[in-house]
Amino acid sequence: MVESTQFDKVDVIKASGRIDSHTAPELKEAFDGLLEKKRYSLVIDMSEIDFLSSSGVWVLLETQKRCRRRKRGDLVIASANDNIQKTLDLAGLMHFMKMYEDVDAAVGSF
Amino acid sequence: MPKETFAARYENLAQICEFVTIASEAAGLGEADAYCVELATNEACTNIMEYSYGEDKEGKIECLIEADDKGVTIVLRDWGKPFDANEVPEKTFDKPLEKLDLRGIGLRLIRGAMDEVEFEALPVGGNRLTMRKYR
Repeated sequence: MVESTQFDKVDVIKASGRIDSHTAPELKEAFDGLLEKKRYSLVIDMSEIDFLSSSGVWVLLETQKRCRRRKRGDLVIASANDNIQKTLDLAGLMHFMKMYEDVDAAVGSF
Repeated sequence: MPKETFAARYENLAQICEFVTIASEAAGLGEADAYCVELATNEACTNIMEYSYGEDKEGKIECLIEADDKGVTIVLRDWGKPFDANEVPEKTFDKPLEKLDLRGIGLRLIRGAMDEVEFEALPVGGNRLTMRKYR
């Protein structure tokens, strides 16, 4: 399940459960919808995601790539648990992601 | 020695992962190691669905779990196209984001998450993947 909340300059996407090849398309669709509306400052709240596969990583990095083409655009991560960090670390992709302890800190980073 | 056969479809990934996670925890693996087993199994099954069977073909995945005092062994069997992982080079993602090519990330996760990984294309057809995680 994916929900989004719009703030003044930033949009927060909150997903829950597993992000794998079955569920990643729903997350991609949510990001694509925001990018079509020219919203390029994005936070993903991962507090309720307990599993992140390569398909989820792919969606995050492709979205981040598209955001960063815009001035001040970015996708940052909030509230990632140990499992999420483990996936990013094992993939060797941790250095691409900006991670914040909670949504407030992530939103405040823009 | 739990064994289950699943249809090779994305919607079954959660069920396959639950099957291996329950067995890993019953075998005494800690939470972090059990997550590694779940991640590797998810990536291996996704690769089977996407490359061994291809997106439009039906197929099945047999999942066997063995536990002993050293850890857990997961054996995944498929009946799709032969896959030679040795032909896929070790991937590093040291390029700038804009030039990043994420193909091969699943294999990197499998190799990183598990202690031993062995791919076999079987003479009778299909593949067998054996993955071990030690305590």
